[in-house]
Amino acid sequence: MSWAPGRLAARWAAIAAVVVLWQVWARHQGSSFFPPPSAIADRMYQQWFSGPASHLFLTPDGVGNVLPSLGRIAAGLAIAVAVGGVAGVAIGRSVALSGYLDPLLQFARALPAVTLVPVFIALFRLGTEMEVATIAFGTVWPILLNTIDGARSVDPVQMETARAFRLPGWQRLTKLIIPATMPRFFAGLRLSVSLALVLMVFAELAGSSNGIGYEMNNAESSFDMTWVWATIVLLALLGNAFNLLEQAVEHRMLGWHRGARGRMP
Amino acid sequence: MTGTAMLEITGLTHAFGPGAGHPALDGVTLTIGEGEMVSIVGPSGCGKSTLLRCVAGLIRPTGGSVVLRGAPVDAVPDGLAVVFQDYSRSLFPWLSVRDNVALPLRRTQQGRAQRQATALDALGTVGLTDIAQKYPWQLSGGMQQRVAIARALACDPVLLLMDEPFGSVDAQTREDLEDLILAVRQDSRMTILMVTHDIDESVYVGDRVIVLTPGPARVRADLRVDLPAPRDQIATKALPGFVHLRTEVSRLVRGQPGDAGGRGSAGGTGRSAPGDDSRDRNRSRAARASQA
Repeated sequence: MSWAPGRLAARWAAIAAVVVLWQVWARHQGSSFFPPPSAIADRMYQQWFSGPASHLFLTPDGVGNVLPSLGRIAAGLAIAVAVGGVAGVAIGRSVALSGYLDPLLQFARALPAVTLVPVFIALFRLGTEMEVATIAFGTVWPILLNTIDGARSVDPVQMETARAFRLPGWQRLTKLIIPATMPRFFAGLRLSVSLALVLMVFAELAGSSNGIGYEMNNAESSFDMTWVWATIVLLALLGNAFNLLEQAVEHRMLGWHRGARGRMP
Repeated sequence: MTGTAMLEITGLTHAFGPGAGHPALDGVTLTIGEGEMVSIVGPSGCGKSTLLRCVAGLIRPTGGSVVLRGAPVDAVPDGLAVVFQDYSRSLFPWLSVRDNVALPLRRTQQGRAQRQATALDALGTVGLTDIAQKYPWQLSGGMQQRVAIARALACDPVLLLMDEPFGSVDAQTREDLEDLILAVRQDSRMTILMVTHDIDESVYVGDRVIVLTPGPARVRADLRVDLPAPRDQIATKALPGFVHLRTEVSRLVRGQPGDAGGRGSAGGTGRSAPGDDSRDRNRSRAARASQA
């Protein structure tokens, strides 16, 4: 990916062209299933973003539905990062733990998280806890398995260096194993961030009293296609925003990694 | 030999893998005096690096003993530092050059400022003060190896172990680094044990050259290098004594009968190595260097 101005302009030009074509085509068709982008954008503004400055321009609907969804994603991902990161390093560095847990992890990973929503509903009842559990359970696997791999494959020369210079255990962990694991951890996090959005919508569709998925259910059952489309576009924008945020954090944390791989002057 | 014994290696054997496994060392016996600079050469794959790792306490040998300053080595001992061959992997790419050098000091020095100062000092010794803020991957191979040397020096070791330290840099850089080690050693009087596969290098930097047999390694010959100091890449290597010794070492490494040589021309004061057969013993005889 290049951030050169020319390339950047080209990327936006392609998006703009699609939006313009859609606009022209939708106005021409007049189909109620495919409202024009201008109508969708207007609806998004009315629905969520026309609130007072004191509420960060969010409408009551934005506060009541968008923020809870964001909070659930944040909570679910935070649990997945904490559990996946800590357990991943522990399992990756322990031959015994790896041996015992590997078959179990491979099995659990293959389990689609959405199939567990009924279980989580039974365990936690409908509501935030169930949704956070779904997101956490679904997103923990890419982080956990990548972190295990990363921790397991710390360069043996680096490990030997740490032993030769007698780094104490804690420093070996914080100055060698954790930094060396970071590239793989972030590879997992990237996958998990995309997954989190899907799981959030699914869990909220399955049963919730607020949230973007709940709002989508409402829009669908009231046959308000512009509302449905507004929700879809909102989710697409959120997905992109999460990816950009993840990339920014990764860019900051892994400058050395790009450099060492020869991708930075 | 200078002073008392720094390092005593007795009947050291090691085999990798279960049971008898793959033998790498077969009864290496060697005594190294305080302040000596000893080169270890041998055919590739003979177990040179295994020997060094046993001395460093990184590998527990299957037999024999390593005694450093009177204390048996069963883990990485105090006062020891290692320079690995693979500098690009032994430096941590997520730490700046200065932090790489300062990292091992945390065990011995409390204050961060003090550690940073020691690190800068060591970087100064290898001529790299001005790149302290850079990252290892921003440096050339030779500079990275200088950083690795600085990291070892910062620990102020009594025994410095180097495992083919200049094996992956170009010839010019290698010569510069050889001279750097000689200069460092001149100032500090630390004991240095260097494994190398380069015969010229072994003679050029060493007070003694230990030649190992093809694996599993035993000591084939132990040659004293009586070349005048300070050594010079051009003048020293042109001395008849140097040429003679490098030929002798070369023959020994290849397993050819050595030119017992000596007879007043050049070479070292041969000392037979324990465990060698009589052929080896004769071969390792040599005479005093010509003080040209």
